[in-house]
Amino acid sequence: MAKPMDQYTWRELLVGNVISEPGSSQEYKTGDWRSLKPVFDNVKCIKCGVCWMFCPDNAIMQDADEFFCADLDYCKGCGICARECWPGAIAMTEESK
Amino acid sequence: MSAGANKAGKRTGIEISLAISEAAKMARVDAVAAYPITPQTHVVEHLSELVASGELDAEYICVESEHSALSACIGTQAAGARTFTATSAQGLELMHEILYIAAGMRMPIVMAVANRALSAPLSIWNDHSDVMACRDTGWIQVFAENGQDAFDQVICAFRFGEDRRVQMPVMVNFDGFTLSHVVESVEFPAQELVDSYLPPYRPENTLHPDRPLTLGAFAMPEIYTETRMAHEAALLASRPVIDDAWAEWGKLTGRHYKAVETYRTEGAETLFVTMGGLSENAMEHVDAAREKGKKVGLVHIRLWRPFPIDEMRKVLCTAAHVVVMDRALPPGAHGGPVFTEVKSALYDQSRRPTVHGYIAGLGGRDVTPADFGTMYDLAMAAVKEGKKEEFRMIGVRS
Ligand code: SF4
Ligand code: SF4
Repeated sequence: MAKPMDQYTWRELLVGNVISEPGSSQEYKTGDWRSLKPVFDNVKCIKCGVCWMFCPDNAIMQDADEFFCADLDYCKGCGICARECWPGAIAMTEESK
Repeated sequence: MSAGANKAGKRTGIEISLAISEAAKMARVDAVAAYPITPQTHVVEHLSELVASGELDAEYICVESEHSALSACIGTQAAGARTFTATSAQGLELMHEILYIAAGMRMPIVMAVANRALSAPLSIWNDHSDVMACRDTGWIQVFAENGQDAFDQVICAFRFGEDRRVQMPVMVNFDGFTLSHVVESVEFPAQELVDSYLPPYRPENTLHPDRPLTLGAFAMPEIYTETRMAHEAALLASRPVIDDAWAEWGKLTGRHYKAVETYRTEGAETLFVTMGGLSENAMEHVDAAREKGKKVGLVHIRLWRPFPIDEMRKVLCTAAHVVVMDRALPPGAHGGPVFTEVKSALYDQSRRPTVHGYIAGLGGRDVTPADFGTMYDLAMAAVKEGKKEEFRMIGVRS
Protein backbone atom coordinates (compact mmCIF):
# COMPACT_ATOMS: atom_id res chain seq x y z
CA MET A 1 0.00 0.00 0.00
CA ALA A 2 1.06 3.54 -0.66
CA LYS A 3 1.33 4.33 3.03
CA PRO A 4 1.20 2.46 6.32
CA MET A 5 -2.21 0.98 7.04
CA ASP A 6 -2.76 2.93 10.23
CA GLN A 7 -2.62 6.19 8.31
CA TYR A 8 -5.60 5.56 6.02
CA THR A 9 -8.82 7.39 6.82
CA TRP A 10 -12.15 5.66 6.08
CA ARG A 11 -12.71 8.04 3.15
CA GLU A 12 -9.55 6.87 1.41
CA LEU A 13 -10.54 3.19 1.26
CA LEU A 14 -11.57 1.85 -2.14
CA VAL A 15 -15.15 0.62 -2.52
CA GLY A 16 -15.49 -2.80 -0.90
CA ASN A 17 -11.97 -2.40 0.54
CA VAL A 18 -10.52 -3.60 -2.72
CA ILE A 19 -6.74 -3.73 -2.81
CA SER A 20 -5.48 -2.55 -6.16
CA GLU A 21 -1.79 -3.18 -5.55
CA PRO A 22 -0.78 -6.83 -6.20
CA GLY A 23 1.48 -8.49 -3.64
CA SER A 24 0.78 -5.97 -0.91
CA SER A 25 0.41 -8.76 1.67
CA GLN A 26 4.23 -8.78 1.87
CA GLU A 27 3.88 -5.66 3.95
CA TYR A 28 2.25 -7.62 6.74
CA LYS A 29 5.11 -8.83 8.88
CA THR A 30 3.55 -11.99 10.23
CA GLY A 31 6.52 -13.17 12.30
CA ASP A 32 5.92 -11.13 15.41
CA TRP A 33 3.96 -13.73 17.36
CA ARG A 34 6.73 -16.33 17.23
CA SER A 35 8.01 -17.73 20.54
CA LEU A 36 10.75 -20.00 19.11
CA LYS A 37 13.04 -19.20 16.21
CA PRO A 38 15.13 -21.53 14.05
CA VAL A 39 18.89 -21.11 14.45
CA PHE A 40 20.97 -22.63 11.65
CA ASP A 41 24.35 -24.33 12.23
CA ASN A 42 26.25 -23.85 8.98
CA VAL A 43 28.87 -26.44 10.03
CA LYS A 44 26.23 -29.18 9.97
CA CYS A 45 24.21 -27.81 7.03
CA ILE A 46 24.74 -29.60 3.72
CA LYS A 47 22.57 -27.12 1.72
CA CYS A 48 20.05 -29.82 0.76
CA GLY A 49 17.11 -27.34 0.81
CA VAL A 50 14.71 -29.66 2.64
CA CYS A 51 13.94 -26.90 5.15
CA TRP A 52 13.09 -24.56 2.26
CA MET A 53 10.75 -27.13 0.76
CA PHE A 54 8.85 -27.81 3.98
CA CYS A 55 8.46 -24.32 5.40
CA PRO A 56 4.68 -23.65 5.23
CA ASP A 57 5.23 -19.89 5.17
CA ASN A 58 7.89 -19.53 2.47
CA ALA A 59 10.05 -18.04 5.20
CA ILE A 60 13.32 -19.83 4.30
CA MET A 61 15.76 -18.06 2.03
CA GLN A 62 19.42 -18.38 1.09
CA ASP A 63 22.20 -16.04 2.13
CA ALA A 64 25.10 -14.81 -0.07
CA ASP A 65 27.01 -18.07 0.56
CA GLU A 66 23.89 -20.08 -0.36
CA PHE A 67 23.36 -21.27 3.19
CA PHE A 68 19.72 -21.55 4.17
CA CYS A 69 18.34 -19.19 6.81
CA ALA A 70 14.95 -17.98 8.06
CA ASP A 71 13.34 -14.70 7.12
CA LEU A 72 12.32 -13.68 10.62
CA ASP A 73 9.81 -11.11 9.34
CA TYR A 74 7.57 -14.02 8.30
CA CYS A 75 8.83 -17.12 10.18
CA LYS A 76 6.12 -18.15 12.68
CA GLY A 77 8.37 -20.47 14.61
CA CYS A 78 6.45 -23.68 13.90
CA GLY A 79 9.59 -25.80 13.96
CA ILE A 80 8.78 -27.85 10.87
CA CYS A 81 12.17 -26.95 9.32
CA ALA A 82 14.03 -28.17 12.44
CA ARG A 83 12.01 -31.37 12.48
CA GLU A 84 12.66 -32.09 8.78
CA CYS A 85 16.35 -31.09 8.71
CA TRP A 86 17.84 -34.59 8.78
CA PRO A 87 21.51 -33.53 9.39
CA GLY A 88 20.24 -31.75 12.54
CA ALA A 89 21.48 -28.30 11.54
CA ILE A 90 18.47 -26.36 12.87
CA ALA A 91 17.76 -25.76 16.55
CA MET A 92 14.56 -24.07 17.72
CA THR A 93 15.63 -21.56 20.33
CA GLU A 94 13.59 -19.32 22.57
CA GLU A 95 13.11 -15.74 21.42
CA SER A 96 14.79 -13.41 23.88
CA LYS A 97 12.33 -10.94 25.40
CA MET B 1 -50.16 2.88 -5.74
CA SER B 2 -52.13 4.46 -8.52
CA ALA B 3 -52.43 2.68 -11.82
CA GLY B 4 -49.75 3.52 -14.32
CA ALA B 5 -50.10 6.51 -16.61
CA ASN B 6 -47.65 4.80 -18.92
CA LYS B 7 -49.36 3.74 -22.15
CA ALA B 8 -46.82 1.04 -22.96
CA GLY B 9 -47.60 -0.90 -19.76
CA LYS B 10 -49.46 -4.18 -20.06
CA ARG B 11 -51.63 -5.45 -17.23
CA THR B 12 -51.54 -9.19 -16.56
CA GLY B 13 -52.99 -11.41 -13.88
CA ILE B 14 -49.97 -13.27 -12.55
CA GLU B 15 -48.73 -15.03 -9.44
CA ILE B 16 -46.49 -12.55 -7.63
CA SER B 17 -43.56 -15.02 -7.47
CA LEU B 18 -43.62 -15.29 -11.25
CA ALA B 19 -43.89 -11.53 -11.61
CA ILE B 20 -40.70 -11.21 -9.55
CA SER B 21 -38.89 -13.64 -11.89
CA GLU B 22 -40.19 -11.66 -14.86
CA ALA B 23 -38.83 -8.49 -13.26
CA ALA B 24 -35.38 -10.10 -13.02
CA LYS B 25 -35.71 -11.10 -16.67
CA MET B 26 -36.67 -7.56 -17.68
CA ALA B 27 -33.66 -6.30 -15.71
CA ARG B 28 -31.61 -8.52 -18.06
CA VAL B 29 -29.78 -10.36 -15.32
CA ASP B 30 -26.64 -12.17 -16.47
CA ALA B 31 -26.53 -14.74 -13.71
CA VAL B 32 -28.81 -16.46 -11.22
CA ALA B 33 -27.68 -18.78 -8.45
CA ALA B 34 -30.40 -19.95 -6.12
CA TYR B 35 -31.67 -22.89 -4.11
CA PRO B 36 -35.39 -23.56 -3.91
CA ILE B 37 -37.18 -23.17 -0.59
CA THR B 38 -40.85 -22.68 0.26
CA PRO B 39 -42.36 -20.11 -0.28
CA GLN B 40 -39.74 -18.72 -2.67
CA THR B 41 -39.72 -21.85 -4.89
CA HIS B 42 -41.84 -20.51 -7.74
CA VAL B 43 -39.47 -17.57 -8.20
CA VAL B 44 -36.47 -19.77 -8.95
CA GLU B 45 -38.49 -22.42 -10.79
CA HIS B 46 -39.77 -19.80 -13.17
CA LEU B 47 -36.31 -18.28 -13.61
CA SER B 48 -34.84 -21.67 -14.46
CA GLU B 49 -37.63 -22.15 -17.02
CA LEU B 50 -36.90 -18.76 -18.54
CA VAL B 51 -33.21 -19.65 -18.85
CA ALA B 52 -33.92 -23.17 -20.15
CA SER B 53 -36.32 -21.90 -22.80
CA GLY B 54 -33.84 -19.28 -23.95
CA GLU B 55 -36.15 -16.42 -23.04
CA LEU B 56 -33.56 -15.18 -20.57
CA ASP B 57 -29.95 -15.21 -21.68
CA ALA B 58 -28.34 -15.84 -18.31
CA GLU B 59 -26.15 -18.31 -16.50
CA TYR B 60 -28.29 -20.38 -14.10
CA ILE B 61 -26.07 -21.97 -11.49
CA CYS B 62 -27.57 -24.95 -9.69
CA VAL B 63 -26.09 -25.15 -6.22
CA GLU B 64 -26.38 -27.52 -3.27
CA SER B 65 -27.33 -24.93 -0.64
CA GLU B 66 -28.11 -21.30 -0.02
CA HIS B 67 -24.63 -20.79 1.41
CA SER B 68 -23.30 -21.81 -1.99
CA ALA B 69 -25.99 -19.85 -3.83
CA LEU B 70 -24.97 -16.52 -2.37
CA SER B 71 -21.27 -17.41 -2.60
CA ALA B 72 -21.75 -18.11 -6.31
CA CYS B 73 -23.58 -14.80 -6.65
CA ILE B 74 -20.58 -12.98 -5.20
CA GLY B 75 -18.39 -14.76 -7.74
CA THR B 76 -20.53 -13.87 -10.75
CA GLN B 77 -21.00 -10.32 -9.51
CA ALA B 78 -17.23 -9.95 -9.00
CA ALA B 79 -16.78 -11.10 -12.60
CA GLY B 80 -19.03 -8.23 -13.68
CA ALA B 81 -22.34 -10.05 -14.12
CA ARG B 82 -25.67 -8.57 -13.01
CA THR B 83 -26.81 -11.21 -10.51
CA PHE B 84 -30.14 -12.13 -8.98
CA THR B 85 -31.10 -14.63 -6.32
CA ALA B 86 -34.03 -15.37 -4.06
CA THR B 87 -34.53 -17.22 -0.82
CA SER B 88 -36.57 -17.49 2.37
CA ALA B 89 -36.33 -18.33 6.07
CA GLN B 90 -33.87 -21.18 6.80
CA GLY B 91 -32.25 -20.52 3.43
CA LEU B 92 -31.63 -16.90 4.33
CA GLU B 93 -30.12 -17.97 7.64
CA LEU B 94 -27.89 -20.53 5.93
CA MET B 95 -26.62 -17.61 3.84
CA HIS B 96 -26.02 -15.57 6.94
CA GLU B 97 -22.24 -15.23 6.92
CA ILE B 98 -22.22 -14.65 3.17
CA LEU B 99 -24.75 -11.83 3.56
CA TYR B 100 -22.14 -9.84 5.46
CA ILE B 101 -19.50 -10.73 2.90
CA ALA B 102 -21.63 -9.60 -0.06
CA ALA B 103 -22.27 -6.30 1.72
CA GLY B 104 -18.70 -5.76 2.90
CA MET B 105 -17.44 -6.45 -0.62
CA ARG B 106 -20.10 -4.05 -1.92
CA MET B 107 -21.54 -6.52 -4.43
CA PRO B 108 -24.86 -5.12 -5.73
CA ILE B 109 -26.66 -8.46 -5.87
CA VAL B 110 -30.44 -8.21 -5.80
CA MET B 111 -32.18 -10.84 -3.68
CA ALA B 112 -35.91 -11.34 -3.32
CA VAL B 113 -36.79 -12.73 0.11
CA ALA B 114 -40.16 -14.44 0.53
CA ASN B 115 -40.48 -13.73 4.24
CA ARG B 116 -41.20 -16.73 6.42
CA ALA B 117 -40.99 -17.80 10.06
CA LEU B 118 -37.91 -19.59 11.39
CA SER B 119 -37.65 -23.09 12.82
CA ALA B 120 -37.96 -24.58 15.46
CA PRO B 121 -40.76 -25.43 15.43
CA LEU B 122 -40.76 -25.76 11.68
CA SER B 123 -43.11 -23.31 10.02
CA ILE B 124 -43.28 -22.54 6.34
CA TRP B 125 -45.66 -19.63 6.88
CA ASN B 126 -45.22 -15.92 6.77
CA ASP B 127 -43.74 -13.52 9.26
CA HIS B 128 -40.61 -11.33 9.33
CA SER B 129 -38.36 -13.41 11.61
CA ASP B 130 -36.02 -14.34 8.76
CA VAL B 131 -35.21 -10.85 7.55
CA MET B 132 -35.09 -9.36 11.03
CA ALA B 133 -32.31 -11.82 11.89
CA CYS B 134 -30.44 -10.26 8.94
CA ARG B 135 -31.20 -6.69 9.85
CA ASP B 136 -27.59 -5.74 10.52
CA THR B 137 -25.93 -7.39 7.54
CA GLY B 138 -25.34 -4.06 5.79
CA TRP B 139 -27.75 -4.63 2.87
CA ILE B 140 -30.27 -2.12 1.60
CA GLN B 141 -33.62 -3.62 2.67
CA VAL B 142 -36.95 -2.86 1.06
CA PHE B 143 -40.38 -4.27 1.96
CA ALA B 144 -43.00 -4.66 -0.76
CA GLU B 145 -46.61 -3.90 -0.01
CA ASN B 146 -48.15 -5.82 -2.91
CA GLY B 147 -47.24 -7.63 -6.13
CA GLN B 148 -46.79 -4.53 -8.24
CA ASP B 149 -44.54 -3.05 -5.58
CA ALA B 150 -42.45 -6.26 -5.44
CA PHE B 151 -42.14 -6.37 -9.23
CA ASP B 152 -41.13 -2.70 -9.43
CA GLN B 153 -38.72 -2.94 -6.49
CA VAL B 154 -36.69 -5.69 -8.17
CA ILE B 155 -36.03 -3.43 -11.17
CA CYS B 156 -35.45 -0.32 -9.05
CA ALA B 157 -33.11 -2.30 -6.75
CA PHE B 158 -30.73 -3.01 -9.62
CA ARG B 159 -30.78 0.63 -10.57
CA PHE B 160 -29.90 2.08 -7.17
CA GLY B 161 -27.88 -0.89 -5.91
CA GLU B 162 -25.53 -0.78 -8.89
CA ASP B 163 -25.23 3.02 -8.94
CA ARG B 164 -21.55 3.91 -8.54
CA ARG B 165 -22.49 6.12 -5.58
CA VAL B 166 -24.11 3.14 -3.84
CA GLN B 167 -22.75 -0.30 -4.90
CA MET B 168 -24.70 -2.22 -2.28
CA PRO B 169 -26.63 -5.49 -2.30
CA VAL B 170 -30.40 -5.10 -1.98
CA MET B 171 -32.99 -7.37 -0.34
CA VAL B 172 -36.50 -7.04 -1.71
CA ASN B 173 -38.76 -8.50 0.96
CA PHE B 174 -42.21 -9.77 0.07
CA ASP B 175 -44.45 -11.73 2.39
CA GLY B 176 -44.42 -15.49 1.91
CA PHE B 177 -47.75 -16.89 0.64
CA THR B 178 -49.80 -13.78 1.42
CA LEU B 179 -47.90 -12.11 -1.42
CA SER B 180 -45.73 -14.81 -3.02
CA HIS B 181 -48.57 -17.18 -3.93
CA VAL B 182 -51.26 -14.62 -4.67
CA VAL B 183 -52.36 -13.91 -8.22
CA GLU B 184 -52.51 -10.18 -8.71
CA SER B 185 -52.99 -7.79 -11.56
CA VAL B 186 -49.49 -6.53 -12.31
CA GLU B 187 -48.63 -3.91 -14.87
CA PHE B 188 -45.59 -4.88 -16.93
CA PRO B 189 -43.72 -1.98 -18.49
CA ALA B 190 -42.33 -2.28 -22.00
CA GLN B 191 -38.85 -3.78 -22.21
CA GLU B 192 -37.60 -0.56 -23.84
CA LEU B 193 -38.78 1.40 -20.80
CA VAL B 194 -36.87 -0.90 -18.45
CA ASP B 195 -33.79 -0.72 -20.71
CA SER B 196 -33.87 3.06 -20.68
CA TYR B 197 -34.25 3.08 -16.89
CA LEU B 198 -31.64 0.44 -16.15
CA PRO B 199 -28.40 0.78 -18.12
CA PRO B 200 -26.12 -2.26 -18.57
CA TYR B 201 -24.10 -3.10 -15.46
CA ARG B 202 -20.70 -1.39 -15.46
CA PRO B 203 -19.04 -2.21 -12.16
CA GLU B 204 -16.14 -0.20 -10.82
CA ASN B 205 -14.07 -3.24 -9.85
CA THR B 206 -14.18 -6.63 -11.52
CA LEU B 207 -11.96 -9.67 -11.59
CA HIS B 208 -9.78 -9.51 -14.68
CA PRO B 209 -6.33 -10.98 -15.34
CA ASP B 210 -5.11 -7.72 -16.89
CA ARG B 211 -6.04 -5.67 -13.83
CA PRO B 212 -5.20 -7.72 -10.76
CA LEU B 213 -7.23 -6.78 -7.69
CA THR B 214 -7.65 -8.34 -4.29
CA LEU B 215 -11.35 -8.61 -3.41
CA GLY B 216 -12.39 -9.65 0.08
CA ALA B 217 -8.99 -9.31 1.73
CA PHE B 218 -8.54 -9.40 5.47
CA ALA B 219 -8.22 -6.31 7.61
CA MET B 220 -5.90 -5.76 10.54
CA PRO B 221 -7.10 -3.97 13.69
CA GLU B 222 -5.43 -0.84 12.27
CA ILE B 223 -8.01 -0.65 9.45
CA TYR B 224 -11.14 -2.70 10.31
CA THR B 225 -12.82 0.20 12.12
CA GLU B 226 -12.31 2.41 9.06
CA THR B 227 -13.85 -0.24 6.78
CA ARG B 228 -16.98 -0.37 8.96
CA MET B 229 -17.23 3.42 9.02
CA ALA B 230 -16.94 3.46 5.22
CA HIS B 231 -19.82 0.95 5.01
CA GLU B 232 -21.99 2.94 7.40
CA ALA B 233 -21.33 6.15 5.46
CA ALA B 234 -22.03 4.48 2.12
CA LEU B 235 -25.30 2.95 3.32
CA LEU B 236 -26.51 6.30 4.64
CA ALA B 237 -25.35 8.06 1.46
CA SER B 238 -27.44 5.66 -0.63
CA ARG B 239 -30.64 7.42 0.47
CA PRO B 240 -30.76 10.25 -2.11
CA VAL B 241 -29.84 7.80 -4.86
CA ILE B 242 -32.66 5.45 -3.83
CA ASP B 243 -35.10 8.39 -3.74
CA ASP B 244 -33.98 9.56 -7.19
CA ALA B 245 -34.29 6.08 -8.64
CA TRP B 246 -37.86 5.82 -7.30
CA ALA B 247 -38.71 9.31 -8.54
CA GLU B 248 -37.54 8.47 -12.03
CA TRP B 249 -39.46 5.17 -12.00
CA GLY B 250 -42.50 7.20 -10.98
CA LYS B 251 -42.05 9.53 -13.93
CA LEU B 252 -41.78 6.62 -16.36
CA THR B 253 -44.52 4.39 -15.00
CA GLY B 254 -46.81 6.60 -12.95
CA ARG B 255 -46.09 4.47 -9.89
CA HIS B 256 -44.50 6.56 -7.18
CA TYR B 257 -42.63 5.00 -4.28
CA LYS B 258 -41.32 6.57 -1.12
CA ALA B 259 -39.24 5.30 1.78
CA VAL B 260 -42.13 6.06 4.11
CA GLU B 261 -45.70 6.06 2.82
CA THR B 262 -48.52 7.70 4.70
CA TYR B 263 -52.20 6.81 4.51
CA ARG B 264 -54.86 9.15 5.91
CA THR B 265 -52.44 10.68 8.38
CA GLU B 266 -53.97 14.17 8.14
CA GLY B 267 -55.16 15.19 11.57
CA ALA B 268 -54.53 11.70 12.92
CA GLU B 269 -54.11 11.41 16.68
CA THR B 270 -53.03 7.79 16.48
CA LEU B 271 -50.75 6.40 13.79
CA PHE B 272 -50.21 2.73 13.01
CA VAL B 273 -46.74 1.72 11.79
CA THR B 274 -46.47 -1.37 9.59
CA MET B 275 -44.18 -3.01 7.04
CA GLY B 276 -44.98 -5.42 4.22
CA GLY B 277 -48.23 -6.74 2.82
CA LEU B 278 -50.29 -6.40 6.00
CA SER B 279 -50.16 -2.64 5.54
CA GLU B 280 -53.14 -3.05 3.23
CA ASN B 281 -55.15 -4.70 6.02
CA ALA B 282 -54.19 -1.78 8.23
CA MET B 283 -55.50 0.59 5.56
CA GLU B 284 -58.85 -1.21 5.61
CA HIS B 285 -59.00 -0.78 9.35
CA VAL B 286 -58.07 2.90 9.06
CA ASP B 287 -60.89 3.43 6.54
CA ALA B 288 -63.42 1.72 8.81
CA ALA B 289 -62.21 3.58 11.92
CA ARG B 290 -62.24 6.94 10.14
CA GLU B 291 -65.79 6.14 9.10
CA LYS B 292 -66.60 5.92 12.81
CA GLY B 293 -64.88 9.26 13.42
CA LYS B 294 -61.68 7.87 14.96
CA LYS B 295 -58.66 9.98 14.09
CA VAL B 296 -56.29 7.23 12.95
CA GLY B 297 -53.85 6.93 10.09
CA LEU B 298 -51.12 4.64 8.82
CA VAL B 299 -47.39 4.98 8.30
CA HIS B 300 -46.05 2.24 6.05
CA ILE B 301 -42.28 1.73 5.98
CA ARG B 302 -41.01 0.64 2.57
CA LEU B 303 -37.31 1.25 3.20
CA TRP B 304 -36.07 -0.52 6.32
CA ARG B 305 -32.33 -0.06 5.74
CA PRO B 306 -31.04 2.61 5.66
CA PHE B 307 -33.74 3.49 8.20
CA PRO B 308 -35.61 6.65 7.11
CA ILE B 309 -35.23 8.31 10.48
CA ASP B 310 -35.99 11.89 9.39
CA GLU B 311 -39.30 11.08 7.69
CA MET B 312 -40.32 8.83 10.57
CA ARG B 313 -39.65 11.55 13.14
CA LYS B 314 -41.44 14.14 11.07
CA VAL B 315 -44.62 12.17 10.52
CA LEU B 316 -44.83 10.40 13.90
CA CYS B 317 -44.27 13.53 15.97
CA THR B 318 -47.48 15.00 14.56
CA ALA B 319 -49.47 12.31 16.43
CA ALA B 320 -50.23 11.76 20.10
CA HIS B 321 -49.97 7.97 19.95
CA VAL B 322 -48.11 5.49 17.76
CA VAL B 323 -49.09 1.83 17.44
CA VAL B 324 -46.36 -0.33 15.90
CA MET B 325 -47.05 -3.81 14.62
CA ASP B 326 -44.04 -6.13 14.46
CA ARG B 327 -44.00 -9.45 12.62
CA ALA B 328 -41.07 -10.91 14.54
CA LEU B 329 -40.38 -11.56 18.21
CA PRO B 330 -36.81 -10.94 19.34
CA PRO B 331 -36.92 -12.91 22.60
CA GLY B 332 -35.75 -10.98 25.62
CA ALA B 333 -35.40 -7.68 23.78
CA HIS B 334 -38.38 -5.91 25.41
CA GLY B 335 -39.85 -5.04 22.03
CA GLY B 336 -40.10 -5.94 18.37
CA PRO B 337 -37.45 -4.61 15.99
CA VAL B 338 -39.63 -1.93 14.38
CA PHE B 339 -41.02 -0.86 17.75
CA THR B 340 -37.59 -0.42 19.37
CA GLU B 341 -36.28 1.38 16.30
CA VAL B 342 -39.24 3.77 16.26
CA LYS B 343 -38.90 4.42 19.99
CA SER B 344 -35.21 5.19 19.72
CA ALA B 345 -35.83 7.53 16.76
CA LEU B 346 -38.32 9.49 18.87
CA TYR B 347 -36.47 9.53 22.18
CA ASP B 348 -34.78 12.91 21.82
CA GLN B 349 -37.70 14.67 20.13
CA SER B 350 -39.17 17.49 22.16
CA ARG B 351 -42.75 16.62 21.26
CA ARG B 352 -43.07 12.89 21.09
CA PRO B 353 -46.02 10.51 21.00
CA THR B 354 -46.61 7.55 23.27
CA VAL B 355 -45.42 4.37 21.53
CA HIS B 356 -47.08 0.96 21.74
CA GLY B 357 -45.60 -2.16 20.23
CA TYR B 358 -47.58 -5.28 19.36
CA ILE B 359 -46.24 -8.51 17.95
CA ALA B 360 -48.74 -10.09 15.59
CA GLY B 361 -49.01 -12.47 12.68
CA LEU B 362 -46.27 -14.90 13.66
CA GLY B 363 -45.81 -18.08 11.60
CA GLY B 364 -48.76 -17.40 9.33
CA ARG B 365 -51.31 -16.35 11.97
CA ASP B 366 -53.81 -14.07 10.23
CA VAL B 367 -53.93 -10.39 11.09
CA THR B 368 -57.31 -9.06 10.03
CA PRO B 369 -58.33 -5.41 9.79
CA ALA B 370 -60.23 -5.97 13.06
CA ASP B 371 -56.99 -6.98 14.79
CA PHE B 372 -55.73 -3.46 14.21
CA GLY B 373 -58.80 -2.34 16.14
CA THR B 374 -57.70 -4.60 19.00
CA MET B 375 -54.23 -3.05 18.94
CA TYR B 376 -55.80 0.40 18.96
CA ASP B 377 -58.02 -0.47 21.93
CA LEU B 378 -55.09 -1.92 23.88
CA ALA B 379 -53.02 1.19 23.20
CA MET B 380 -55.83 3.52 24.28
CA ALA B 381 -56.38 1.47 27.46
CA ALA B 382 -52.65 1.73 28.22
CA VAL B 383 -52.75 5.48 27.67
CA LYS B 384 -55.74 5.73 30.00
CA GLU B 385 -53.71 3.96 32.68
CA GLY B 386 -51.05 6.61 32.20
CA LYS B 387 -48.58 4.39 30.33
CA LYS B 388 -46.30 6.03 27.80
CA GLU B 389 -45.56 2.72 26.18
CA GLU B 390 -46.62 -0.85 26.14
CA PHE B 391 -45.18 -3.93 24.54
CA ARG B 392 -46.95 -7.26 24.17
CA MET B 393 -47.85 -10.08 21.85
CA ILE B 394 -51.44 -10.13 20.72
CA GLY B 395 -53.69 -13.04 19.91
CA VAL B 396 -51.89 -15.42 22.29
CA ARG B 397 -54.15 -17.96 24.00
CA SER B 398 -53.50 -17.98 27.71
S1 SF4 C 1 10.09 -22.41 12.02
FE1 SF4 C 1 8.40 -22.86 10.63
S2 SF4 C 1 7.95 -20.89 9.71
FE2 SF4 C 1 9.94 -20.66 10.64
S3 SF4 C 1 11.33 -21.11 9.00
FE3 SF4 C 1 10.99 -23.01 10.11
S4 SF4 C 1 9.36 -24.01 8.99
FE4 SF4 C 1 9.37 -21.88 8.35
S1 SF4 D 1 17.34 -28.94 5.78
FE1 SF4 D 1 19.02 -28.63 7.19
S2 SF4 D 1 20.78 -29.33 6.05
FE2 SF4 D 1 19.15 -29.08 4.55
S3 SF4 D 1 19.46 -27.00 3.85
FE3 SF4 D 1 18.01 -26.86 5.49
S4 SF4 D 1 19.35 -26.45 7.29
FE4 SF4 D 1 20.64 -27.18 5.69
